[in-house]
Amino acid sequence: MDRYDVLRRLLLLTSGIMVVTVLYLIFIWVPTEKNLGVSQRIFYIHVPVAWVGFLAFLFVLIGSVGYLWRRSRGWDQLAYSAAEIGVIFTTLMLMTGVLWAKPVWGVWWTWDPRLTTTLILWLIYVAYLMLRSYGPGGDKGARYAAVMGIAGFIDVPIVYLSIYWWRTVHPQALVGPAARGELDSQMYTVLMVSTITFTILFIYLLMERFSLRKSEDNIEEIKAYASSLSVK
Amino acid sequence: MIVFWSTVGAILAKDLVLEFRNKETITSILSFSLLSLIVLNFALRPTPSLISVVAPGILWVAFTFSGILGLNRAFAVEEDQDAIQGLLLTPASREAIYLGKMLGCLLFMLVAEIILLPIFAVLFDMAPFKPMLMVVMFMATLGFASVGTLFSALAMNTKSREIMLPMLFIPIVVPIIIAAVVGTDLAFKGGGWQEISKWIQLMLVFDLIAVVFCAFGFDYVAED
Repeated sequence: MDRYDVLRRLLLLTSGIMVVTVLYLIFIWVPTEKNLGVSQRIFYIHVPVAWVGFLAFLFVLIGSVGYLWRRSRGWDQLAYSAAEIGVIFTTLMLMTGVLWAKPVWGVWWTWDPRLTTTLILWLIYVAYLMLRSYGPGGDKGARYAAVMGIAGFIDVPIVYLSIYWWRTVHPQALVGPAARGELDSQMYTVLMVSTITFTILFIYLLMERFSLRKSEDNIEEIKAYASSLSVK
Repeated sequence: MIVFWSTVGAILAKDLVLEFRNKETITSILSFSLLSLIVLNFALRPTPSLISVVAPGILWVAFTFSGILGLNRAFAVEEDQDAIQGLLLTPASREAIYLGKMLGCLLFMLVAEIILLPIFAVLFDMAPFKPMLMVVMFMATLGFASVGTLFSALAMNTKSREIMLPMLFIPIVVPIIIAAVVGTDLAFKGGGWQEISKWIQLMLVFDLIAVVFCAFGFDYVAED
């Protein structure tokens, strides 16, 4: 076992313990919010999950730039792994958001800038993953994906701005989380613990996926080598 | 610099000659956008009072989806007898190839849009020939063409090209679609340049970033 494996197992253990702790904190320890009621407890999952989603997409950007710059497979494997995790967590963010919006806002969805931008962001990285599975493999596929990974990230602020302006052009009955206000100290603690937990879980998942991807790439290489031998 | 632009011109001229001979791209964009207009008419059943509300949307749904059809062809034609290999083997820089192809796409989409506009005017009883709309159409189509050319090159090498291009393209051009629809709405309503200027600026920023980034990105996409 090398240091990478030790760290990975340590992270698995830590995140396992912390997830149980956080579940206790969210569902038993923290008091129920006065205005929003019990549904507000989803907030302690919704926000950390959102944070991890964005963090993952930042890793996609870093991996993509790193790959185009350095041309080593490691950067590409990082970007690919982070994109998969990012899409999962963004999906969770959208789903928890929709579930929470119904009891609190009365609608499942509203086209407000943040929600709409998140949806577009999610679509961009779903397209990224589609490009990875439908596109060419090897270095070519890695280059294609890197270009898309960077384009997606650059695009997001412009998407946000345009949707923000668009909403002000078409004002509709917008229900925002105005009731949130200042967080109680107990609630703040739970949010922080939950965020740290999900971040540790993210790092663990990223390391796990990264080494798995490395093995996959190695197998591909061995297969290609083996078939080149049999041709002769 | 002169060599660069003459290369761009040569690639553009090649695509124009090709288009002039078979007229496939413009015809496909035009016929698809016409069909979109008809389907949208049935789907929305616009009454005279509703038309002015939905007209910008109808126009840009037609332009966006038919534009994808045209963009799909941009590199599909190069696949015939591996023409793309020949193009990439010439000493032309990747940026010149990108710009040449992009200008071709821009031109074909614009021509199709200009032809569609009077048909739209007749079918929906609108008066769309306004300088403001022309500016919006040009800026938006430039955004479509710049992003679309890069993604068309990307999608060319993927398994399900027909879905890959729109999947990559539409989420990225969301700002352009929004700005184009709002800009068109303002143009139809006879709004002033003051109101529309921030949307023009948004498209200008998008177009600039898109052209620079995509020319740079094309370098990596068309490496071999």
